[in-house]
Amino acid sequence: MKPAPFDYVRPASLSEVLALLAKHKDDCKILAGGQSLVPAMNFRLARPAVLIDINDIRELDYIRSDDSGLTIGALTRHAAFHRSVVAGPLGAMLSKVASNIAHYPIRQRGTFAGSLAHADPASEWCLVATTLDAAIVAKSTRGERTIAIGDFFNGTFSTDLEADELLTEIRLPALGQGWRTGFYEFSRRAGDFALGMALAALRFEAGIVREARLGVGGVSDRAIRLRKLEARLVGGAASPQMIDTIAHEAWASVSPIGDIHATPEYRRDLVATAVRRALAEAAA
Amino acid sequence: MASKINIDLAVNGTSHAVSIEPRRTLADVLRDDCGLTGTHIGCEHGVCGACTVLVDDKPVRSCLMFGVQAEGKAIRTVEGLANGDTLHPLQQAFWENHGLQCGFCTPGFLMLSAGVLEQNPDMSDDEIRDVLSSNLCRCTGYQNIVKAVQIAARELRARPRV
Repeated sequence: MKPAPFDYVRPASLSEVLALLAKHKDDCKILAGGQSLVPAMNFRLARPAVLIDINDIRELDYIRSDDSGLTIGALTRHAAFHRSVVAGPLGAMLSKVASNIAHYPIRQRGTFAGSLAHADPASEWCLVATTLDAAIVAKSTRGERTIAIGDFFNGTFSTDLEADELLTEIRLPALGQGWRTGFYEFSRRAGDFALGMALAALRFEAGIVREARLGVGGVSDRAIRLRKLEARLVGGAASPQMIDTIAHEAWASVSPIGDIHATPEYRRDLVATAVRRALAEAAA
Repeated sequence: MASKINIDLAVNGTSHAVSIEPRRTLADVLRDDCGLTGTHIGCEHGVCGACTVLVDDKPVRSCLMFGVQAEGKAIRTVEGLANGDTLHPLQQAFWENHGLQCGFCTPGFLMLSAGVLEQNPDMSDDEIRDVLSSNLCRCTGYQNIVKAVQIAARELRARPRV
């Protein structure tokens, strides 16, 4: 229950971080909030030779908002979303989702970007990023690239980030006029990992759904966007009957994995109910 | 590798010069290097909250931070909660309301509550209950912890704000 020895560096600038990443590559890990990495190190599931602490890089601690959406820097903590960070449905939804992430003290340290880089299938932020079609910005000494969220997750704890790259920024598209959202999560106890969760965002015009985003998490090796079901929602009024149909189809379209916390069948039932409740909230 | 790093840690307003390996968690540094054993270590993976301390006024799991990361931060532990022989209102309320039995989880609950109430003194009873779900207690059944914190919150609210 004590970490293996490692070298610790706490650079003062982003360029130093990138140089260290280029030098150490797979032998190092980035330490931001540490709320997933440090437990893994305490269990010795992770044994990085070098730990690069980015907590002094203040230029990575920001949330910027403009007409196109939100830009979230790598050091933005979960707790930054306790209060709405932007007016309208996006800020309110992020605040609701944040309250489901672990517990208050964990949220003081853990970061949005760290959750994405860690790629836990039960991560709420991974579900948000997937459902809302986020863009991921990664930097290295070789330059900068933007990764579409559809290309970012490779599976459990696995992403498209190269060993020398730092996830510096996440861009979430704005949810403007007419958008409504819903989120529902099942976990054993408050703050536990999600057994099943769903996020819905619907844009209504005169009572009719014109755009829909629907994602589920905790039931696969990564969050899943249910695009076919999104298409079914568009053009309708998201009536209770329609929502029931979509929830059933969500049940049929996922193949959850089982573990000691829940059987595949149970997770499937949970995710269908989560979809129903998330959609009902968005349609209310 | 694993050479020791010399840093000064500011704990409860007192500077502690320590020489520590980077892999030592803040919880271990507080206990073994600063001699402040009021911070308890339960699970060492962020689940139980027994090691909760305040770092720059925010409640955090000290088992999920390395001691070297706390350099330059203001750390507060349960040893700094009372004012001399006068218990902090939270400590007094835990005592009066039987908010502890074995006492192992108590320092974590006290520091969690102290930190949260300083940030948000006007928390509702439901919000307090939600925050207290952060930590584990295996004796009390939680009811008296919740009650103690709610009572202390009221008393702290009644005090003149600084």
